[in-house]
Amino acid sequence: MLLAGLATGGIYSLVAIGFVLLWQTSQTINFAQGEFVMLPAFFVLAAMKFGGLSFAAAMGVGLAVSLLVLGLLFKRLVVDPVIRHGVLPLVISTIALAILMKEGVKEFYAADAQPFPAAWATTNLQVGGAVVSVQNLVIIAVAVLAVVALQYFLGATRTGRRMQATAQNPLLARVLGIPVGRMVLYTFLINAGLVALASFLVSPIYLAKFTNGETLGLVAFVAAIVGGFNQVRGAIAGGLLLGVADNFVAAYLSAQYRAAIPLLLLIAVILWRPQGLLGRAEERSV
Amino acid sequence: MKKALALAVLALVVAAPFGLKPYGIYLLSLWAVMTIAAIGLNLTLGYAGQISLAQASFVGIGAYTAALLTTQGWPLGAAFALAALLCFVIGWLLGYPALRVAHHYLAFVTLAFATLVYLILRNEEWLTRGVYGISGIPRPTLLGWSTKAPLDFYFFCLGVLVLASAAAWWLLRSPWGRAFTALRENPIRASSLGIDTRRYTLMAFAIGSALGGIAGVLYAPLVQFIEPTAFTLGLSFNLLLMVIVGGAGRFAGPFLGAAVSVLLPEWLRFSEGLYLMIYAVFVIVLLAFCPSGLLGLAERLRDSWPRFFKSAT
Amino acid sequence: MKMFLTAVLALAASGAAAQQTVNMPIVIELSGAGAVSGTNFRDGAVLAIEEINAKGGILKRKISAPQSDTQSNPGVSRAQVQKAIDSDPYVILGPVFSGSVKVNMILCQQAEVPQITGAEAADITQAGNPYIFRTSFGQQMSMPKIANYIRDGLKARTVSVLWVNNDFGKGGRDTFVKEMAARNIKVVSDVSTESGQVDFAADVVRLKGANADAIFVYTNEEESARFLREARKQGISKPLIGETTLLGQKVIELAGAAANGVKGHVGLTVDAPVAAVQAFRAKFQKRFNYLPDHNGIKGYTGVYAVKHATEKIGKFDRRLLAKTLHGLTIKPEQEPGILMEATWDANGDIDRISFLAEVVDGKQKIVQTLPKLGK
Repeated sequence: MLLAGLATGGIYSLVAIGFVLLWQTSQTINFAQGEFVMLPAFFVLAAMKFGGLSFAAAMGVGLAVSLLVLGLLFKRLVVDPVIRHGVLPLVISTIALAILMKEGVKEFYAADAQPFPAAWATTNLQVGGAVVSVQNLVIIAVAVLAVVALQYFLGATRTGRRMQATAQNPLLARVLGIPVGRMVLYTFLINAGLVALASFLVSPIYLAKFTNGETLGLVAFVAAIVGGFNQVRGAIAGGLLLGVADNFVAAYLSAQYRAAIPLLLLIAVILWRPQGLLGRAEERSV
Repeated sequence: MKKALALAVLALVVAAPFGLKPYGIYLLSLWAVMTIAAIGLNLTLGYAGQISLAQASFVGIGAYTAALLTTQGWPLGAAFALAALLCFVIGWLLGYPALRVAHHYLAFVTLAFATLVYLILRNEEWLTRGVYGISGIPRPTLLGWSTKAPLDFYFFCLGVLVLASAAAWWLLRSPWGRAFTALRENPIRASSLGIDTRRYTLMAFAIGSALGGIAGVLYAPLVQFIEPTAFTLGLSFNLLLMVIVGGAGRFAGPFLGAAVSVLLPEWLRFSEGLYLMIYAVFVIVLLAFCPSGLLGLAERLRDSWPRFFKSAT
Repeated sequence: MKMFLTAVLALAASGAAAQQTVNMPIVIELSGAGAVSGTNFRDGAVLAIEEINAKGGILKRKISAPQSDTQSNPGVSRAQVQKAIDSDPYVILGPVFSGSVKVNMILCQQAEVPQITGAEAADITQAGNPYIFRTSFGQQMSMPKIANYIRDGLKARTVSVLWVNNDFGKGGRDTFVKEMAARNIKVVSDVSTESGQVDFAADVVRLKGANADAIFVYTNEEESARFLREARKQGISKPLIGETTLLGQKVIELAGAAANGVKGHVGLTVDAPVAAVQAFRAKFQKRFNYLPDHNGIKGYTGVYAVKHATEKIGKFDRRLLAKTLHGLTIKPEQEPGILMEATWDANGDIDRISFLAEVVDGKQKIVQTLPKLGK
């Protein structure tokens, strides 16, 4: 049970991290984050169906297309033109984008759910009397790897540190000669990579469907805020917490109000610890 | 010029239903109801600059209030009063902690609230009849005039819309309203002038929510059957887009936005499933070039081609 | 004078045009949660309409069936039905989603337009509406059959129920629980799930903990598939019982190996050991390039029922049609399009034979044929 919660939480974390990164570096609040997770699976399915590729090749293509569309194109075509008018229009744009992606998949691919192959065995292990699913283990492992890799990249490599500088103080970063525009592009690409990864992990279980983004997006936002908006660590903590809480509440308390848990946590955090569990206190800039 | 335009529009909406079948009249009534909710959201979003994703929930609260009261025999007027009060109070309570923190937090709190309201509406069967919904909602009779027929009910909706618009107009012209506008233009300066920005934003949000509730009270007898799935985030997004597309912060914005939103599926019927995509792309492009919506676009056109309009005036 | 003449001519023309076709709008779920069911229903209806029109139509009039999408949204469905009613229809086909039907059947009732629906919620036919007709079992017909199977076939003393929290699922669950109580079988676990839910880990844990003799699963197609996968993953050993949806084609396709071993009652199925149904299935696949599910049969038989009853009356009269359908039995010998003998009762509910089935090796296998409830 705990394992299932951690696995779900792992997915939430991946999605939340990307969300936080975007917000930190470019003030982009991406309301389409959930749909970003839904889409890569369909790139893969389309590659297999229309391109006749094998699953492995299709995954590669799916990843590449995700990076291109959800990273580069998203930034150039949607974010850059709109953000000069302010954050508010950008938020609305991402809402519109989410609708566009959903309807696009529904129209051009299929309205019903599609089976999505798993890159691992769907068997179970017996560990000390409890049934453990390989799927959950794989998800946790991959999520952990991704996060560790990301942390290393951000902390130990030159590019990573430059990105962090850009996030903390873009003006100063520019003065110091850091190519801010390019750094921001990198965050978009990283986000695209993270959501693609989440998509591949989650679609075999959830089945690929155009509505997949709705709940995932909501949880990602809440995880990010609950954990702490201005720290990547916060997003991880938030995601895991939500995943575990959701599963436990549904199993032992009320199934009917299970969806309320993320929301109650959100309200609680906003009331008592607005910077999130692990975040730094942010000053209100009017 | 503006007055003439307003009168022309008024004449149009009064005359419009006479050539139409019940379906067309239904659409017009729906437009009127949605405009009221959009006016409320415009207060919150366009004037006070806050994103509310819970407007649909307030519409839902209004609708359920009306449904529960009128099916027990209470008059619709009681529902209007109760719903407006309820939504105002809830809006205030919701906004108070959220605005204490930071600008964008209201969006997330309203997001959470929206989902919570949906869950309560659905799960608390003893109150709301849950997923089964409430049917047979009666249409009111005003001083002997029954609004049961589509045409009559449309005029009733129109009447409420005129009242709501007048109230909003008066509000924005009052000192309160000018404070709202100051908030939007320059929050720092506003607070330096001694305006309690938080209090005014909160008021805007609460009033906007109350208007949502009033729209809901009209919605229930219009559709005559309500159930929880009508009042989810989808409707909130829709209302948000109505305000933005029409022109946030402009008085006539909600009218235009609601018209576009209600009529668009009809115009784009030929494109079947694509119409939502077309709408979404349109919104993104609009925001990239002219975030002040269609009205903003119209203003820009008017400003850049003065010679055309000079002769008209 | 000119205006008057033009008006008269226009009226005459429209009148003449109306003579040629009979208007049967299809208001159905083509997008949203009900898209799969709705599309199947529509295609079944369209197949029937094409066949009938090829043979000259009903009473020499071809059927015209404009379609509109309810988007699985009751509010939208109400507007679409209003629009359909404005076009002076003979009969309205659809919707399939119970929530939508309950909203718009009031309109059809007021306008006195017969409505043929595939929705299954019990209370649809309990509202005293003389214009609503089903082409599939209401829950009040299907649940007793399942209950009997659980009591006699499985000999279960305790049962758990997992259901989707919308009016379809709740109605089914309420009826089911009632039937269990009437047979002294204890419901030890009552798990509600969301429409569109993706994660069933917690629900499966609860069910395992309750350890009932049998588990009744009543949710929509995709959720059923996800649930079955999760149940398989966590190693549930007790029998999983369903009603039509759980054993449906789409669920089997999505759940894969996890669907094997599922048993249940199937009111309508394209795998029925009835020649006419098999023929329909082949025709459908040829025309639309995919295998139909039970909703296709609902649409198909609905159109043929209208055709047969209308020919019986000899003219197009909506009120008379409704009256005639109540209590009518149509046999396949009289009307091959009905596929299986069907009787409508005074409420608009349909009575037919049905089947007990099991999923074996990725296919639905019919284990037993159950007779009609009434005679």
